Amino acid sequence: MSELLYTDKLSVGYGEKTVVRDIALAAKPGQVLCLIGPNGAGKSTLLKTLMGTLPPTGGALYLDGRQLQAYHEWELARISSAVLTARPEPELMTAAEVVSVGRYPYTGRLGILTEEDRRIVRETMEKVGVAQLADADFSRLSDGQRQRLLLARALCQQPRLLILDEPTSFLDIHHKLDFLQLIRVLVKGGELAVIMSMHELELAQRFADMLLCIRGGRVDRMGSPEEIFSGGYIEQLYDIENGSYDSLAGTAEAPRTEGAPRVFVIGGGGSGIPLYRRLCRLGIPFAVGVLPENDLDLPTARALAAIVIIDRANEPVSADKVNEALEILKTCEHVVCTTSFGSVNLENRRLLEYAKAHNMLINVNEIE
Amino acid sequence: MSDKRQKRIRLCFLLLAVLVLLLGALNLVTGSTGIGAGELWHALFSGERDSSAARIVRNIRLPRLLAAAVLGGALAVSGFLLQTFFANPIAGPFVLGISSGAKLTVALAMIACLGRGAVMNSWGMIGAAFLGALLVMGFVLLAAGRTRGMARLIVCGVMIGYICSAVTDFAVTFADDSNIVNLHYWSMGSFAGVSWDALGAASLAVLLSLGCCVLLIKPMTAWQLGEGYAKSMGVNLRRFRLALIGLSSLLSACVTAFAGPISFVGIAVPQLMKLLFKTAKPAVMLPACFLGGAGFCLGCDLLARTLFAPTELAIGSVTAVFGAPVVIWMLLHRDREARL
Repeated sequence: MSELLYTDKLSVGYGEKTVVRDIALAAKPGQVLCLIGPNGAGKSTLLKTLMGTLPPTGGALYLDGRQLQAYHEWELARISSAVLTARPEPELMTAAEVVSVGRYPYTGRLGILTEEDRRIVRETMEKVGVAQLADADFSRLSDGQRQRLLLARALCQQPRLLILDEPTSFLDIHHKLDFLQLIRVLVKGGELAVIMSMHELELAQRFADMLLCIRGGRVDRMGSPEEIFSGGYIEQLYDIENGSYDSLAGTAEAPRTEGAPRVFVIGGGGSGIPLYRRLCRLGIPFAVGVLPENDLDLPTARALAAIVIIDRANEPVSADKVNEALEILKTCEHVVCTTSFGSVNLENRRLLEYAKAHNMLINVNEIE
Repeated sequence: MSDKRQKRIRLCFLLLAVLVLLLGALNLVTGSTGIGAGELWHALFSGERDSSAARIVRNIRLPRLLAAAVLGGALAVSGFLLQTFFANPIAGPFVLGISSGAKLTVALAMIACLGRGAVMNSWGMIGAAFLGALLVMGFVLLAAGRTRGMARLIVCGVMIGYICSAVTDFAVTFADDSNIVNLHYWSMGSFAGVSWDALGAASLAVLLSLGCCVLLIKPMTAWQLGEGYAKSMGVNLRRFRLALIGLSSLLSACVTAFAGPISFVGIAVPQLMKLLFKTAKPAVMLPACFLGGAGFCLGCDLLARTLFAPTELAIGSVTAVFGAPVVIWMLLHRDREARL
């Protein structure tokens, strides 16, 4: 698979001011390249440069083997098209009219649509699943429908490179998933290369083939989702200080409440997660135990609990660890048990029995 | 586009054309001297030019009604271009002060010419008006930027309009007495007294501008989705902006040069046409606004001539009476839509 677009020490910015420098990126047909990075890092600036609407401040940018600046405006518009963050509010335009504007680079001087143009508009709308909206007033449609129509408009330019600037930002989760799945279907043909920017990390991780991380005026990293979403890199990329980000699960957590634990949670198997978050919201420091290393509760507990007692994976919880937990439990005011017991965490039952005997056990909804 | 829409558009065009022809005919036959259909036919199509009916029709009524039609159409098209450019339905040559700017420079040029005992020709008038229109347009662009905020744009334009009118008044006050009558009459606004020569020059300028406007239909359609999308589809924005501003200024300059400042046609007619045609497609709106503007001005001129005959009203007063309510209604209507 050869690269449709690649850059060589590209610098982007406005006028004299360079925002991101020394960019080396490549977009391949059949792949989704996703730009991530903090607000103001220069993702939109880079995308505008890749679209050809902003001249680079340095370096070179090649599309299909030719310098981007060498292209005629209409020629470029036949190879690459875009969905922008701007939300157009055209007056009295039907959905089909908005989509057919995408034929701009192909129509003659007067912009008259041929039968062929109309057919392409119709087929594109069917492909994107908006054919039934053709005669609807664009300004009266929902955000999800409009975004699909703007995608259809971009596809009417019959591009080989599709550039999307935060295409899902103002969509609800249902429409986010629909939209991104549609993008996956489009690239699956192997003809289209997609470059997009996104703030939804968990979705970027699932729908992108390659990620380009921009931070502090340069490309910090480029790699597959597996490479980027590992270790603590995301926290570093976004300078997360207030809270934490679990790269594997793609979940963000608030900062933990430090201090001597007041509540002890006997959790496990995911049963404790809502409680950890609630205790964190209420600002109550708490301890969790004993969790096997591969327990579903563990990432959240690690992020939020003041103390977590962890034991080896795939083995029954050991008596030693339970004794350790018991010492901590004794310093707490209350104990909550969210889990049931089986062969693996049977030993944890001792914690429950101690709490019952000393009248420390309370219900989840008794916590205030 | 569905067949229903196509049908509606065709029907609307037919309706407008009939209306314009009807108003034109009405303009020919009504006036202080009654002229019947037979006389009219005779005056228009027989070789005879010396009867009083022939002179009235050929030298007074016909040029006046053609001026009203051509200049009214030009004004409405100018308004449509400005509304598209600013993505703002309240924009128009009068509201933005462009007409007043053109009026100022024409008044100054006329005074300068009359002072030397010379008479300005039609092209000189158009040139002077165009210069004034462009100057004001430049000011408005500088002051308001490409803002979508209606309030700022209007305040800018109205203020500039007032300044220009004030300066025009100064100039008229201190000009020689003999000049004033002429100037004062013109600055009130009227289609009367447009000579065949002036009409020829104005029509040529308007026709050329409209021809260029046709070439703007395609980029205007892209521009309706916003600057970013237009740019991404390969619209040369610099050229497009220059062309649009130049053409809208030229069109309203032509009107001001020969008929004085006429209010509200540029803003009300495009709105009415959008309501009638239920579309904002430039390809439809351009001819629709021209026809609509022509019809609107023919109707208003008819009223201006006949309502309190033999006293004539200023054309600007009549267009304001019909145009201003449209604008007010539109503002209220849009507000309600925005709140929904």
